[in-house]
Amino acid sequence: MTQTVLIGLGVLIAILTVVAALGVLPSLRIVPDETHFDFTRFRRISFPISAALSIVAITLFFTHGLNLGIDFKGGTLLEVKAKSGTADIAAMRTSLDALGLGEVQLQQFGGPENVLIRVAEQPGGDAAQQAALQKLRGALGDSVDIQRTEVLGPRVAGELLAYGMLGLMLAIVAILIYLWFRFEWQFALGAMIANVHDIVLTIGFMSISQVDFDLTSIAALLTILGYSLNDTVVIYDRIREMLRRYKKMPMPQLLNESINSTLSRSIITHVTVTLALLALLLFGGHAIHSFTAVMMFGVVLVGTYTSIFIAAPILIYLGVGEHREDAPDTATPAKKSKA
Amino acid sequence: MLYFTRWKALGIILTALIVCLCAVPNFFPEAQVKTWPAWAQRRLVLGLDLQGGSYLLLEVDSNYVKKERLDQIRDDVRRTLRDAKIGFTGGVTVRNDAVEVRITKETDVQPALAKLRELSQPLGGLMGSSGQRDLEVADASGGVIRLSIPQAAMLDRMRKTIEQSIQIVERRVNELGTVEPVIQRQGNDRILVQVPGLQDPTRLKELLGKTAKMEFRMVDTSVPPDQAQAGRLPPESELLTSASPPPTPYVVKKQVLVAGGDLTDAQASFDQRTGEPVVSFKFNTSGARKFSQATTENVGLPFAIVLDNKVISAPVIREPITGGQGQISGNFTVQSANDLAILLRAGALPAPLTVVEERTVGPGLGQDSIEKGELAAYVGSILVVVFMLVTYRLFGVFANIAVTINVAMIFGLLSLLNATLTLPGIAGIVLTVGIAVDSNVLIYERIREELRGGRNAISAIDAGFKRALATILDSNITTFIAAAVLFYIGTGPVRGFAVTLGIGIITTVFTAFTLTRLIVAWWVRWKRPQSVPI
Repeated sequence: MTQTVLIGLGVLIAILTVVAALGVLPSLRIVPDETHFDFTRFRRISFPISAALSIVAITLFFTHGLNLGIDFKGGTLLEVKAKSGTADIAAMRTSLDALGLGEVQLQQFGGPENVLIRVAEQPGGDAAQQAALQKLRGALGDSVDIQRTEVLGPRVAGELLAYGMLGLMLAIVAILIYLWFRFEWQFALGAMIANVHDIVLTIGFMSISQVDFDLTSIAALLTILGYSLNDTVVIYDRIREMLRRYKKMPMPQLLNESINSTLSRSIITHVTVTLALLALLLFGGHAIHSFTAVMMFGVVLVGTYTSIFIAAPILIYLGVGEHREDAPDTATPAKKSKA
Repeated sequence: MLYFTRWKALGIILTALIVCLCAVPNFFPEAQVKTWPAWAQRRLVLGLDLQGGSYLLLEVDSNYVKKERLDQIRDDVRRTLRDAKIGFTGGVTVRNDAVEVRITKETDVQPALAKLRELSQPLGGLMGSSGQRDLEVADASGGVIRLSIPQAAMLDRMRKTIEQSIQIVERRVNELGTVEPVIQRQGNDRILVQVPGLQDPTRLKELLGKTAKMEFRMVDTSVPPDQAQAGRLPPESELLTSASPPPTPYVVKKQVLVAGGDLTDAQASFDQRTGEPVVSFKFNTSGARKFSQATTENVGLPFAIVLDNKVISAPVIREPITGGQGQISGNFTVQSANDLAILLRAGALPAPLTVVEERTVGPGLGQDSIEKGELAAYVGSILVVVFMLVTYRLFGVFANIAVTINVAMIFGLLSLLNATLTLPGIAGIVLTVGIAVDSNVLIYERIREELRGGRNAISAIDAGFKRALATILDSNITTFIAAAVLFYIGTGPVRGFAVTLGIGIITTVFTAFTLTRLIVAWWVRWKRPQSVPI
């Protein structure tokens, strides 16, 4: 079935390629050639909205918290598949509850034959976790296949969490240093504010959706960071170019023109990234489902919004371009002069 | 921007081609690739989440290592002082991570210090040049001498312990007959064991969870066990229990006749008379001599075979055993006899190991993940390719050619590095497809802009490339930094994601700067366009 679909799509591509090469079709303009949206004026709305959303996200983080996955919390996780038919969760629950391992969570996962079993960390260190796994394996018996197990002792889990957080900080600092080196400090600061905004909102999303917060979530956060910055840098690059070219244009207008002239690129790129993520979300299987869901939220929803409505307009408040007439260009002029 | 010398063009194409060709071994069965020359054998390795298998993180008990060392120092101190005939009161004690001894006579303190300092060795053996020593001997006033282990010496000891443990773990894992296990040191006190294809690591954990310290010691027949339990234990003996249930107490002398280190071979076999499973062993020359001497002296008395401080059996010596070989019987099953033989052959671990992290994936789930990942990759790529065609027409075709080569190059580089492909890694590749076209989008949008600005076709293309490339570099470096950090902090699947993301960025920048430009340059030279169909 999937193969026929793939072959069909392959043929479609071949036809489209020929048609495109011949130049018969008009090219699609998702965004009109010339746009003149007053993006910077939106800052009076977007800044308060972002501030409010950030506060909501932080409140959620402290009230609901994150659903720490086994990577960070420790404990035992088993993914089992019934050997025939559907898994009998009720029977499983009875037999597992009798083990005295504290709260045992059972959850259907993917299909009706798959069950995800989570057991909280057992008191008594690493050996206790191993003993719990042994008991679980015994109690599950032969009616199911154990597809996946994860057992994490308390110390490793704590280290992973500390390491993940450290990595996140490290990435932000490293990127900031790079931006500071390539642009002026105001740009680096603006990017950092945008960055933190992205992460805060995404963490709010994780809190509200209660997806497992584990190592892959850190990976998702770092990727969101990377892409959002990628976007911000593209706009900043343009702003810098405009600053050199138009010495007398007022800042809001200059920012607007910069955002408008990169708008088409921003939208098109986000369509392609969304298409790729959509494929992963729909067909990638449940193992990476929450990973892609978080990424979808962060890259597609937050990332784009941030670069356009936060990262660029905030430069006004950071004093970019205030003394253009009396100050010479700071960056190397020879490298970027007009073609 | 649109001019390439013939050599440069050739160089670009050759580079791309060679990198793409590196992916070729992945399309042939593994057995066939094995027959190729070594340089051609590089291929993608499937991560445990895709091929199934077990991942264990073991930790060496550093407290045990420290305690062992302190006990050893205590014994050395006792012996040294006795040999030097220096009196001490209250015995030699281990307290607060140090060994302390109170010298009876004030005048003996200096000679005692001198004697005990001889116990301290330079770190790193005779060749050690750091000037650091493995033992610190200090005069702690009031006639007390304090011996402690310096930080550097402890680290050195842990390093050696880990190295030794890895060797033993390797031998034990290899005895299981698994395919290509990976055993690596991680951090200061951990060992990573990855065994592809092993779905249930219970037996592996049993094998690794035993120290397997084997000792032959005499049973102390002067006190019956029940009296020893009541507290009448001679100082040179200790109370041990049997390994097999029910737990039976034995009074065993502390002195070791022969240790497991003197064994050269151990095999599981069947006893010729009773037919029950036994483990037969062979000693090396010095072990055989010691064993022969001990059995000759103690005919008629029981001796104990002790494994990890549990008595396996305590047979009576009927006659001197001089041949340097023997057999152990002790309620074994075929499996447990086999396991003991493996443990004895592989040798004892210098310190106990605990499993601090365990992850296993069944082969069925791995296969399922591969299929889903592949499907997502195809669908994602097709969507992106169609979108580019619709948006940019002819230039979309150029972009799609570049992206296709880009993906082939990612696989080539991953194979060249023998990188591990994980499910998040596949996600990374799909995402790269989405982001790789971004470099094309940046260039094309810039060309459109330059055209609107009134430039002619060729000049607009030229300016478009020139301006967009700087932006492409800047924007990709930020993502690359994120990928690098992720690689550094991540393990397993997450690291796989970081690798594909990072490599994807490198190939994306490469294709944007060279291939895309080259393709457009060729088209310009061939068509001499008056307008750009973009």
